[in-house]
Parts: sequence; C-alpha cells; structure tokens
Amino acid sequence: MSGPLFANALVSGLLLAGFYAAVSVGISIAFGMLDVVNIAHPAFIILGSYAASIANASMGADPIVTAVALSPAFFALGLLLYRFYHATFERRGREPLRGLAFFFGILFVTEVALILAFGVDYRSVTARYIGTTWRLGTVDLPLRLFVPFVVSVAMTLSLQVFLSRTFFGRAVLAVGQDQLALQLMGVDPVRIKQIAFGISIATAGVAGALLVIIQPVQPSLGREYIGLVFAIPVLGGMGSIAGTLAGAAILGVATSFTATFFGPSWAPAVSFGLLLFALAFRPSGLFGR
Amino acid sequence: MKTSSFTAIALCTALLVAGTTSALVTNDYFFSASYTVLQFVVLATAWNILGGFTGYVNFGSAAFFALGAYSSIVLDKLFEAPITLSILSGTAVAALVGLGMGYLTLRLRGVFFAIATLAFAEVLFTFVVNWDYVGGARGAYVVLQGRPPLGFRSFVQFLFAIMALMAAGAVAIARFVQTSTLGLGLAAIRDDEVAAECSGVPTLRLKLVSTTVSGGLMGMAGATFPYFLSYVEPHGVFSLSYAVNSIAMPLIGGMYDWAGPVIGALLLGGLQQVLQVNVSADWNLFLVGALLVVFVTIAPHGIMGWTFRRGRRARPT
Repeated sequence: MSGPLFANALVSGLLLAGFYAAVSVGISIAFGMLDVVNIAHPAFIILGSYAASIANASMGADPIVTAVALSPAFFALGLLLYRFYHATFERRGREPLRGLAFFFGILFVTEVALILAFGVDYRSVTARYIGTTWRLGTVDLPLRLFVPFVVSVAMTLSLQVFLSRTFFGRAVLAVGQDQLALQLMGVDPVRIKQIAFGISIATAGVAGALLVIIQPVQPSLGREYIGLVFAIPVLGGMGSIAGTLAGAAILGVATSFTATFFGPSWAPAVSFGLLLFALAFRPSGLFGR
Repeated sequence: MKTSSFTAIALCTALLVAGTTSALVTNDYFFSASYTVLQFVVLATAWNILGGFTGYVNFGSAAFFALGAYSSIVLDKLFEAPITLSILSGTAVAALVGLGMGYLTLRLRGVFFAIATLAFAEVLFTFVVNWDYVGGARGAYVVLQGRPPLGFRSFVQFLFAIMALMAAGAVAIARFVQTSTLGLGLAAIRDDEVAAECSGVPTLRLKLVSTTVSGGLMGMAGATFPYFLSYVEPHGVFSLSYAVNSIAMPLIGGMYDWAGPVIGALLLGGLQQVLQVNVSADWNLFLVGALLVVFVTIAPHGIMGWTFRRGRRARPT
C-alpha cells in the first residue's frame, strides 16, 4: 500500500464522513430521539437534491443558498408529515410496524413521483467550486467534497449546541426518555416531537443539496442511502449527535478504503454490512449508553 | 375443511385451470400476465407467513426471490439442470437463508429486524453484482431449448402451469400454518412475544419454522423466473418493487388470514397488468405505493377486515 494512496483515501474518507453526518443526523433525531422510524428520510434527501438542481438550472442559484432558503419549506413538510403520522398511527397506539410500512410506501411513492415528473435522467448542478481541487503536498482536497464537508459539520455541530444548550433542545432529548415526565413538567410532547421532526426533515433537504454537489442524482439513488442513514446512528449509539459524527467517520473512511482498494462496486456493501454487523452484535452502538 | 382435502382441492383446481386454459387460450400474453399475477400470489402468501402471522416485517423479499432465481442460473450454468431440480434447489437455498434470518430474530425485534432485512438484501445485491460467474451487473441468459414438455404448446404455458401448482401449494401451506397449533403459537408471538414465551410457547422454534417456510416459498417463486424471462440482471431481480408488492398485497387483502394475501395479489397484481399495458410501468408502481399508504392509513385490516368485521374471524386491533 503506497503512502500517497493511503493518505488520499483517508482524506477523502473523512471528507465523505462530514457529508454522511448531514445525511444521517436527521435519523439520529427522528429515530434515536423521537422513536419515529422514518425510513422515507432518503426520499426527502433526493427531493432536496432535485430542488437544488432545478433552482440551479433555472436561476443559476448556488445549491447551498437554495438549501438554506428552502429549509423552512422542508421544516413545514416535516411538521405536516409528523402531524399526519401522529394522528393516524402514534395516537391510536397501532403497532409501529404499520408506521414502518407507511413510511416505506412514502419512500416508494416519492421516488416514482420524481420519475414521473422528471424522468430517470441524472441531474446535477454547476457551481464555480465544483471543478476546483486544492493540493496539499501529495493529498488532493477536491472542493466538491470539501464544501459539503464544511457545511455539514457546521450544521451538525450547531444542532448539537442547540439540543444540549437550549430549553427546547433539552425537551427534545427528554421526549425520547420519558414522555409522561415531560407532560408533568407542563410541556406538550407532541408539539416538541412535531418541531423536532420538522428539523429532521429540514436537515434532509440540506443534505440533498450537498449530495447533488458531490454526485449526479437520480430518483432511485435514495434507497442506496437507507443503509447509510440507519447504520450511522445505530453505530454511533442512538440519539447522540456526537455518536453520529463518530459513526459517520467510521463509515466514511471504511467506504473510501473499500472503494480505493477493492473497487467502487463493493462500496455499497460496506454501509449495509456494517449496519447488519452492528445490529447483530452491538445493537446499542459503539458508544451507546 | 381438513388440510389434506383443502390441499387436494387447491392442487386439482390449479391443474384444471392450467389444463383448460392451455387447451382454449392461444394468446401467449395471457399466460405471461397470469404467470406474473400468480408469482405475486406466492410472494405475498410467503411474506404473510412471517409478516402477517408472526408479526416480523421483512423488507428483503427481493433478496429471497433473487436467491431462487440465481440458484437456478448457477445450476443451469453448471449442467443445464432440469427445471424441477432448479425449483427444489432454489427453495432449499432460500429456506436455509430464511433459517439464518430466523436466528437473527433472537437479537432483533420489530423495527430493527425490518431494517436488518433491508440491509441483507443490499449486501446480497452487491455480492451478485460483483460475482462474474452469474454475469455480474451484465446479467445472465437462461434459454430453455427443445420442445415444451408434457404436450404444452409453448414454454410460457408450461411455466404458467408450474406457477399455478406452486401458488396452490403455497396457499395450502399458509392455510395449514394458520389453522394448526403452529399458527396459534405464531399469533401469540405476534401479539406479545414475551407473554408467549412466558406461557410456554417455544418462540424460537416457531419463529425458525416461520422464517424458513416464508423464505423458502419466496425462493421457489424466484426459481422459475430466469426461465420465464430468459434474461436476468441484478437490478431487475432485486427490484424494490418486489419488496413493496409483497408487503402491499397482504396489507390490502388483510394480514391475519391466508385468504388476505391471495385476494390482495389477485386484485393488485391483475390491476397492475392492466395498467402496465394501458398506461405505463411507472404509473403502476406509483399506484402500488399509493395504495399501500392509503390502506395502511385508513384500513389497517385490509379487505378481509371489512368482510369479516362482524363475523367470527374479526380480530381486535
């Protein structure tokens, strides 16, 4: 194994890990804290990619600007979706597996709707930084990966600060632990969960814009991310943002090394394989409580 | 009705239908469409043995289907095995993997089990894409040669007759599982696994039977698939639409009774065939997804839930 190859694989793995954190932090919130198994999360990521790509093609808007501008819309979408989910499944105490089937259906419907509206062609964006690569000695630092890395880490860290420092954030953490206790404190758990789910979907929208900077996107790409978005929170210990960053780092580096040394066609097996392994042997995560 | 007489009637009906249609209908499209619908009867029935009777959601139906299909391809490449041997081996391979999945239920329940099955399907997909012997991402050809056996006019008629027998067999097995004490045990696991274990239900053994039978039947449905299409590639066999269909059909028909998935598969499968010809393939997938969402929201007990709401088969939520 040559040194520069190793260093390049490591750096691109870490850059990828930053992006992975953005992709999976929403599931850390929805699945880890709120106990809502939103298996349709990747579908909202792809929706974000399409929004960024359309705005880029029609107005030349920067994908990251679009993502920030559209995040209120994604937030509202999340609010509505949670309201509906709560009214039809959670409140009636129906078994969570029906909720799972519901989100599976949403994933499938969104994917097919995108195919019907835009076809199966790959969509991409153009921005000045996409073709640029900085060189640090023998290590390449493509801005195509570096810009999403910076945005994603900034988003994840500010979520961490928000959740641990504000009253609302602590209420979100509490809702996952004991809803009744929260109610006794005079907080409405449903309202808290609704807003937190909105935030989760908003992160999916931003992650979608980052995804379309990194690679061209087509509707069925979303399902490849199902393993990833669940593997990272499970690896990192459910419902911990710091754990999500650690899980993303592991997966990013593992994927990058697999792609470098065994070929890119093996890369998808890494996230799903690690997920299976984590589920079977360490369901509480590497850093779980 | 006793299981033996039900099985005999189901198999005789399948033979009768296959025989009369082969004699009367000359249009091969009819057999190709009917084959697809019956294939979904097998898949939905198989899914329901684990999902509906036992309460473990399997998102990896496509993986078991593909196990059956690819074991046929391997046998065909090795020594052009006869189709009966392919069906047997496809069933056996998928049943073995199903048994392994059964041991997974020791550690994983509910949502985690469902996600693990999805992950398993993707891992298997990656292996098949990278396995050159069976064609990798390019796919593989399996061509039936010579004349169709048993006096059938074409191979698709012959395959339709086989699929009709397999569907009848699968339904008979599902009915047997449901009406026997095995079914009672599975229902107890579905309603409350800890309570069932405490009441002396051998939960692990029953779950292993359930996952093995369910996986094996899915593999059986897949084993004839390469002969049916002549050309198989991983994206087609591992298509998410198999997973969605095999969940949507029992949900729409009703999950707590063997007849539910049959009704769901005949309705939804038939509707899809009509839409595919008259509208487009994408719209028919959209319809499946939309119906899944609608039914799981407003009619969680499916069509059987309406029919037997006041009858003895009505079940509480």
